[in-house]
Amino acid sequence: MITIMATAMGTIITEMFAYEFMTNAFAAAGMVAIVSGIVGYFLVMRGQTFAGHALSHIGFAGATGAGLIGLAPLWGLLAFTLAAGIAMGALGERISNRDVAIGVILALALGFGLLFLHYYTSFATQATALLFGNVLAVDHAMIVALAVLGAITLGALAAIMRPLIFASLQPELAEAKGVPLRFVSTAFLAIVALAVSECAQIVGVLLVFTLMVGPPAAAQRVTTGLWSGLFVSASLALAEAWLGLTMAFYTDWPVSFCIAILSALGYFVCLTLSMRTGPVQPVPAP
Amino acid sequence: MSIITVDHTTLRVGGRTVLSDVSFKIEEGEFIGVLGPNGAGKTTLMRAILGLLSPDGGSLKVLGGTPERGNSEIGYLPQLRTVLPDLRVRGRDFIASSLYGERWGLPLLRRRDGDAIEATLDAVGVRDLAERPLSDMSGGERQRLLLAQALIGAPRLLLLDEPLISLDARHQEIAIDVVRKVCRERKVTVLFSAHELNQLLGTLDRVLYLGNRQAVLGTVDEVVNAPVLSRLYGAKIQVVRADGHIFVMSRGRDVERVDHMHDHDHGHSHGDHHH
Repeated sequence: MITIMATAMGTIITEMFAYEFMTNAFAAAGMVAIVSGIVGYFLVMRGQTFAGHALSHIGFAGATGAGLIGLAPLWGLLAFTLAAGIAMGALGERISNRDVAIGVILALALGFGLLFLHYYTSFATQATALLFGNVLAVDHAMIVALAVLGAITLGALAAIMRPLIFASLQPELAEAKGVPLRFVSTAFLAIVALAVSECAQIVGVLLVFTLMVGPPAAAQRVTTGLWSGLFVSASLALAEAWLGLTMAFYTDWPVSFCIAILSALGYFVCLTLSMRTGPVQPVPAP
Repeated sequence: MSIITVDHTTLRVGGRTVLSDVSFKIEEGEFIGVLGPNGAGKTTLMRAILGLLSPDGGSLKVLGGTPERGNSEIGYLPQLRTVLPDLRVRGRDFIASSLYGERWGLPLLRRRDGDAIEATLDAVGVRDLAERPLSDMSGGERQRLLLAQALIGAPRLLLLDEPLISLDARHQEIAIDVVRKVCRERKVTVLFSAHELNQLLGTLDRVLYLGNRQAVLGTVDEVVNAPVLSRLYGAKIQVVRADGHIFVMSRGRDVERVDHMHDHDHGHSHGDHHH
């Protein structure tokens, strides 16, 4: 029985990886999933998921704008999300955490994206790819770009991780201990902007939540430790991305849909698990 | 040796003079109760001691030097304590975040830092909170956890800004006991701000009473009397002693109690003055 299953698994894997576009997709999705799961963990911890969402929409305007002037969408995406992330950080927590302000800017950015598309009609075929991702079209150059970006993102995050956690959990005390709150929060949003740009290459700007919010939110339901949380979040994101690709290969459904449904499934399973077992430790009797 | 020397110091926040030309000295190992009406400068004084606010006049010496941000010899429990509403981080990791939290890099801790955390969890009696996420804790439980955090790393000076708020009577007693023990056994100097003098009567060495831009430091008898408090409140104050308790009254009303009720209504806006 086990041999049959192993053989079946082997067949599935050889079949998929016979295609170069699948190997490329696995490599790209794997790297991006790990980066998204780790950066997303802090996004969820800081309660800034909506800001992450807004950054991806602003990125859409950047990507279509880049198309308009003949650049690759990734660079437009990067430029716009980075600029917006740094601007949000510079304006301070009060603005960047305000739902209404973010909502208005988000809608404005999507509007501009539409305008750029309007003037560059041949680009319109790529609009779907930008909005919903097109991981099966990833080439070698893109894999290299994603690897470099991913390394920069994780390196920058590692550099600010300690003060970032302190400032997220206890801003008043962090300030008293000399943590430059404004700088840390700006640097973090710049890191989120990088992660969003990478993530959008895989699942599209509209679905960055599937890798950046779903896995970390699920992880935080099942574990409350910092390192275990980061590990579970990155592993879940990786599993969802790769399973999603496999599922798409055999069903012919869009990859982003498969990842989205696995991400939602992962979250709700973890939510149910944590509700059934109750608090991590029983509350002592009063 | 004086731990804190305040010499003709003036402190201003946003153009408002909070303390004007005040002078006092706090010695090593003293337990100082910091009292006074809202807005009298309790938080401002602590922020100046932490080096977050420079004096507008006079000098301020802390632990033998000019106050500097990030001094690891000072343990601090801020009054305004933002806790994200759905924070799924366990108690141990929450307080561990404050250790070397101002340094760059990965949040790795050495074994002896981990041991220091465990020892403090036991000393404050919050071991049961170590594994629970913050989102499942009551306000009082978070408060006890933060008190434990302020004690990690053997500080020489503890600044506790309203540590009793949102604790029930039993846990208020426990909190005061823990701080007293640390103060006596490790000769840690404590500044403990509170609304109620009576809870601290058996514990404090001296009272630092703030009000009307002034500060008076002395024993309870020297400070908590009608002439001194009338000056600090800028109103006629009566001090009534009954059954080992002291009541500070203005026109027949208990000043501390009125303050306390006021704080429940405006606690947050009060904290905002300092940001």
